[in-house]
Amino acid sequence: MAAVTDEPAIRRGPAPGRLGNSIFKGFSLGSGIVIVVLLGLVAGFLLYRSLPAILASREQLEGVGFMQGRDLLSYVLPLAFGTVLSSAIALIVAVPLSIGIALFISHYAPRRLAQGLGYLVDLLAAIPSVVFGLWGVAFLMPLVGPVFAWLSENMGWFPPFSDYQAPARNLATAGLVLAVMILPIITATIREVFLQTPTLHEEASLALGATRWEMIRQAVLPFGRSGIISAAMLGMGRALGETMAVLLVLSPGFVINFFVLQPGQHQSIAANIASQLPEASGLGVDVLIATGLFLFLLTFFVNLAARAIIARRAEFSGAN
Amino acid sequence: MKLGRIRPFAAVAAMGALALTVAACGPQNADGGDTGGTTGGSDEPALSGSIAGSGASSVEAAQNGWLAGFAELQPGVNVSYDPTGSGTGREQFLNSTVVFAGSDAALDEEELTMATERCFGGEALELPLYISPIAVVYNLPDVDVENINLPAEVVAGMFAGTVTSWDDPAIAEANPDVELPAIDVIPVNRSDDSGTTENFTEYLSAVAPDVWTYGPIETWPIPGTQSGAQTSGLFDVVSGAEGAVGYIDASRAGELGTAAIGVGDDFVPFSPEAAAAIVDASPATEDATDLRLTIELERDTTEAGTYPIVLISYLIACSTYDNEEDAANVAAYLSYIASPEGQDRAADPEVAGSAPISDDLRTRVMAAIEQITVAG
Repeated sequence: MAAVTDEPAIRRGPAPGRLGNSIFKGFSLGSGIVIVVLLGLVAGFLLYRSLPAILASREQLEGVGFMQGRDLLSYVLPLAFGTVLSSAIALIVAVPLSIGIALFISHYAPRRLAQGLGYLVDLLAAIPSVVFGLWGVAFLMPLVGPVFAWLSENMGWFPPFSDYQAPARNLATAGLVLAVMILPIITATIREVFLQTPTLHEEASLALGATRWEMIRQAVLPFGRSGIISAAMLGMGRALGETMAVLLVLSPGFVINFFVLQPGQHQSIAANIASQLPEASGLGVDVLIATGLFLFLLTFFVNLAARAIIARRAEFSGAN
Repeated sequence: MKLGRIRPFAAVAAMGALALTVAACGPQNADGGDTGGTTGGSDEPALSGSIAGSGASSVEAAQNGWLAGFAELQPGVNVSYDPTGSGTGREQFLNSTVVFAGSDAALDEEELTMATERCFGGEALELPLYISPIAVVYNLPDVDVENINLPAEVVAGMFAGTVTSWDDPAIAEANPDVELPAIDVIPVNRSDDSGTTENFTEYLSAVAPDVWTYGPIETWPIPGTQSGAQTSGLFDVVSGAEGAVGYIDASRAGELGTAAIGVGDDFVPFSPEAAAAIVDASPATEDATDLRLTIELERDTTEAGTYPIVLISYLIACSTYDNEEDAANVAAYLSYIASPEGQDRAADPEVAGSAPISDDLRTRVMAAIEQITVAG
């Protein structure tokens, strides 16, 4: 009897939603753990498999045909240099372009056009990298060939532009293809940040008599600076690990220099792995995995540096 | 009785691996069961079981053709070939992971000792069953002769970087009737490790050791060159630049110009016959036997009508196996490859475009295959 009167007043047993809470908490905790474990497993695998190559003696490494008598460090360093240089070229081209596109979409274009353009840029991000590579070989290469030839002829005194040789299978072309590839992700990120610029700042600037360009310089760009940096780092992360596009476009080489118009000078780590792995065996595979470990560390530190930069400029971020 | 027991198993085993090819043979096979021991129109006894091979990737296309052809002949035998590379293939053969291997290089002394153990006291068979000409291709759209003549030293000079222009006197001298353009020679090599590169540089260092001073190598030794990954990549690079010159599996030369190579006083364009001729003109290696038909390619030969830039791939098997099934299946598969049908199948440009072996070589290969027996 008592139970009947109790029931409407205080509900016994677990509160509604408690089960859902604990399930969701467990799920998100589990997901968080999974990502850490996965990262650890990948790092562990790379380290474990590259140990034989790291510990191998010079004589043993000489048995690996494609290393051509180099030791591990002098094999990895030119590759790392090529990887970073191609990404740097890509960033130099892509970041200013992205800022321009993002500004146009967020502040200049009529609303309808802006929306359409935004979708278009996002669509670019969905194109697989091998398609970009094919596009680079079939379309971009013949197009930039004459430009490079002209540069080399007229500005050859500037070392990076010296001694261009057709076809344009050089690091400059690879960098341009990478630039097009990372354009969408950088643009999309920067656009979001620009759109979050406080309207009050913009209106204040305009009210003081600033032109639209001055307003952008005073209000939008300072506000978006950390966003631009993090967007650039996101793009760089993609460019560093890009394989197919570089593999298709570049005549590889193992030299550390800035002759970006010459063939056979540079190679990226990821493209080198893809190119050598099919015929590699034994220690050769370990060496390639060791270069993979190096790339892993490289991207890790690039991201770390990006975080540090963003944290230092936290006062500008959209969070305040 | 025995036949009835084997057939269902055979059909299942074959269909698993060679689904498409064999699916067509399955019903035919079942019908054939009523009429007797014939299979796929052949008089051979029907075999069953499975044999695995591994090795050189250069013969992958040919092996795919042979697998399909053999499946029509012996639908009961499931053959597989894994293009793991020559070195890995020999290793897997010696540690008994596979029963036959494909290799661009012959077994060395140490491997021969291991082979005796692996072959249950028998010997290893090394059969040169894949001969593929390597073409020197160039991109000169304004030159409309069929083949430009290139003396051996000039080929070496182009790739070593000492012959830098197409109107070089050495080229002009060999081509008196051709108006050569004054454009740069752009040598193009493979960017990945490749048996094609190894055979090509072996040729260069044999015919022009003073010009090509790098020796036979698998990885291109000269920095700063144009290069392409895999055969198709190299083809694209040569097609993409006027004045480019490269080396490529002859069946993939496409519409690119191919050079006639200087042999003696003659210039020989590549052809299956000329490629097979160099193999016949070359002596056996010093340690060759009736079972190991290894050939010391005489790349600097002056014999007329031979094309010296070829790639030979050996099929390696055992003279003795520990069970009847392996022995019979390997012998049947190798006989098929050596047969005119097998060689012609691989010679089809759609398959691998290789050069069929000569009848003389076939006789010796068949004699070696007949030696395959069961241990004990």
